[in-house]
Amino acid sequence: MVVFDALSLARMQFAFTVSFHIIFPAFSIGLASYLAVLNGLWIWTERSVFLDLFNYWKKIFAVAFGMGVVSGIVMSYQFGANWSVFSDKAGPVIGPLLGYEVLSAFFLEAGFLGVMLFGLQRVGRRLHFFATVMVAFGTFMSAFWILAVSSWMQTPQGYAINAAGQFIVTDWFAVIFNPSFPYRLVHMLLAAYLTTAFVVGAVSGLHLLRNRHNEATRIMFSMAMWMAAIVAPIQILAGDVHGINTVQYQPAKIAAMEGDYETQAGAPLILFGIPNPAAERIDYAIEIPKLGSLILTRDPDGIVRGLKEWPVDQRPPVSVIFWSFRVMVALGMAMLAVGVWSLVGRARGTLYEARWLHRAAIVMGPSGFLAVLAGWITTEVGRQPYTVYGLLTTVRSASPIDAAAIGASLIAFILVYFTLFGAGLFYIFRLMNKAPQPSEGELAPHEPIRAGGIMPAPVMQADAAALSTNFGA
Amino acid sequence: MTMTLDLPFIWAGLIAVAVLAYVLLDGFDLGVGILFAFIKGEKNRDQMMNSVAPVWDGNETWLVLGGGGLFAVFPLAYAIIMPALYAPLMVMLLGLIFRGVAFEFRWKTKRGQFLWDWAFAGGSTFAGFAQGVALGALVQGIPVADRAYAGGWWNWLTPFSVLTGVALVVGYTLLGATWLILKTEGEVQDSAYRAARWVGPATLLFILIFSAWTPFLNDIYLHRWLAWPQVLLVVPVPMMVLISAALLLRGILHRHELSPFLSALSLFVVSFIGLGISFYPHIVPNSLTIWEAAAPENSLGFLLVGAVVLIPTILVYTAYAYWVFRGKVKAEGGYH
Ligand code: HDD
Ligand code: HEM
Ligand code: HEM
Repeated sequence: MVVFDALSLARMQFAFTVSFHIIFPAFSIGLASYLAVLNGLWIWTERSVFLDLFNYWKKIFAVAFGMGVVSGIVMSYQFGANWSVFSDKAGPVIGPLLGYEVLSAFFLEAGFLGVMLFGLQRVGRRLHFFATVMVAFGTFMSAFWILAVSSWMQTPQGYAINAAGQFIVTDWFAVIFNPSFPYRLVHMLLAAYLTTAFVVGAVSGLHLLRNRHNEATRIMFSMAMWMAAIVAPIQILAGDVHGINTVQYQPAKIAAMEGDYETQAGAPLILFGIPNPAAERIDYAIEIPKLGSLILTRDPDGIVRGLKEWPVDQRPPVSVIFWSFRVMVALGMAMLAVGVWSLVGRARGTLYEARWLHRAAIVMGPSGFLAVLAGWITTEVGRQPYTVYGLLTTVRSASPIDAAAIGASLIAFILVYFTLFGAGLFYIFRLMNKAPQPSEGELAPHEPIRAGGIMPAPVMQADAAALSTNFGA
Repeated sequence: MTMTLDLPFIWAGLIAVAVLAYVLLDGFDLGVGILFAFIKGEKNRDQMMNSVAPVWDGNETWLVLGGGGLFAVFPLAYAIIMPALYAPLMVMLLGLIFRGVAFEFRWKTKRGQFLWDWAFAGGSTFAGFAQGVALGALVQGIPVADRAYAGGWWNWLTPFSVLTGVALVVGYTLLGATWLILKTEGEVQDSAYRAARWVGPATLLFILIFSAWTPFLNDIYLHRWLAWPQVLLVVPVPMMVLISAALLLRGILHRHELSPFLSALSLFVVSFIGLGISFYPHIVPNSLTIWEAAAPENSLGFLLVGAVVLIPTILVYTAYAYWVFRGKVKAEGGYH
């Protein structure tokens, strides 16, 4: 029997709950923007099909967002519960940043979300559109702050250390705009857009296979494929410059991602292989000569540092991130392939007839989620053995809690998350399984006004006429 | 003379307001959840859920503000309290997840509806109980050594904390029942009156036991509440409790609609002030003062800028939304 210590259990619990959480934001950040675009197109073109699409995705958004909220609340208590020493030491820096995240989420939830979900009839088109844009903006602000936190932990700057051993801030601007933050923000937002695009692509692919004449289905498939074709290559570029940034600040992480043990000039790019940490080499490696140096140093004979430069206890676990990195990159390439394929179909005028493309789109439905998880695992595991890179080790970050208590709560989280979020997924799939209809309803008629924050709906219903003159609907 | 702001003090006040707002607001919607177990019938339950559906999510966000705020401005307190109250907090989080998803899922199925009804009732009850236990454990005091929690893993579990756990469930039920009295009519309202006739007096009894017990937990509390002449300063607290209690019972018996809810709220506010009197100036009772636990000034100031702008905006918006939602709820959904 394997016995886990408190530290590994705490890490497993954090990794489990945060991995679950990120699935929902990754989707809702992208979907919020997609809804704003659909809403804008509707107002601009006055074509009701855009309103149908808006209403269709809105229902799915409501369920996914609800799950994002409850899994997120858990996260804000995880730091103190499982990483209390880290919380004490890093709190003065990341606490206020997380505080801003909470405030932006709160601001969004207390207001605009409700109007977006239930308010169209009541507040008129323009105010409703404004609310939708603000929801998208709110998810962006959440991502901004949370990624500032995460990036600071990767590339800390703008801090000093006080007598109590706490990090204190000397320069907020430097803390927020730390060296890896711009790269991570761009890469993550694009990841969210791609995630949503491929979900939309899968749903519309499915419905095109069943009926290729539904106008709404055709429009959303086309939109999803434009996103794939345009954003996938940008994402690959963004990932590439992100990597250059990492070479500069976390070379050990890059060495582990690449699988380079030796420091060498003209390093090859290892496509595949099996890391063998004991022997400090990659077995069965398939390599392309010099490409590694070319990518990382922009020079085919540039010098790439290998893991052997660091003592064993300062290296991140190679096997994990060697693979997670490859999964992410492979998925990125596959997304690009689908994008190119769709361009070919478009050029030939067969976008809505190409059944294999539709099938491929269905298969790629979950690709965004997988790539996001793989990406985060690379980033986070690659930061090991530190929580604040180079300054505070993970071992010294943990709470002084009994393994039994953490283990019990971990099991509870696993059971609860799988049952509840499984049910949520089931309901989402059921919604997706129906094709969007002309004059797609708002929420199902017997459903009440609920969830999604406080919103001043009824009065507006009552005074809809008066208001619509005010807001020019 | 230079003006200096006592930032830790301001922040302690803000966090206290956030926690109070949470207890009052989520208190009544958790209470409605707890009452789900006792009020049967699909239509009735639809009506109950509708009465809190548009506001619950905003209500719950105050909890994130309380927890997140604590982390942001009193990281040391956060780092000590969370491990000390680990088990009740985990139970609370799990309970909140169950009831949170029930709001969405209950409407998505007919066959499985009873499951989500139970998730709603059970989740609300467990969350309330766990919050009460956590409160009790906090009031008892948390030992600290070397910037870390220094007690055992079961310290939170004592007769006193179980008492506060039950008390909070009963108190939330009172808030929920009086809320339903205000927001519903017919069968649900009748049931709510019946429930309030039980949990009203029960809540008062628990307040009495709690007040009698707390001063004897340690010398600081004893001194604060019973030593002459300080006692003169704290005397208004029991007076307010008595007034609220009288109004509450009268409202329930005479079938008033608004006064039971308001007096239940005021019972909570006064009890909260009482707790504040016991705690101050500690944030981790008897171990750390708010100044000892506070983050450095510039961290406090940095977040205060955002808080000063956003919290009032949110409060105004919330008040407006509640005003908009005045009136009774019908089972069919929507408001009139
Ligand atoms: C890049 C995006 C991203 C990342 C990495 C995280 N989150 Fe998140 N979070 C969001 C993006 C987001 C969001 C899109 O803004 C959510 C999703 C649904 C929602 O309500 O807002 C959200 C919700 C959300 C909530 C619920 C707020 C509320 O609505 O009441 C909390 C407390 C957190 N998050 C906290 C965290 C913590 C502590 C994280 C790190 C460990 C974290 N999030 C990672
Ligand atoms: C949301 C996407 C994220 C995912 C999927 C993710 C994933 C992970 C994983 C897999 C680990 C375990 C690493 C290991 O122990 O080997 C971890 C640890 C950790 N991450 Fe993240 N993470 C995410 C975001 C964040 C963010 C935004 C923060 C900061 C606010 C953060 C802070 C931490 C901390 C404190 C640990 C624990 C210490 C450690 O083991 O490194 N993570 N995360
Ligand atoms: C194929 C091209 C790609 C490359 C070269 C690439 C490169 C990278 C690099 C270098 C990192 C940072 C690791 C670190 O230094 O911490 C990263 C992280 C990440 N990647 Fe990618 N990536 C690619 C595709 C994708 C795709 C398609 C997605 C999702 C749709 C994705 C999602 C992420 C996420 C969520 C992270 C963690 C957050 C962050 O650090 O930005 N990546 N990627």
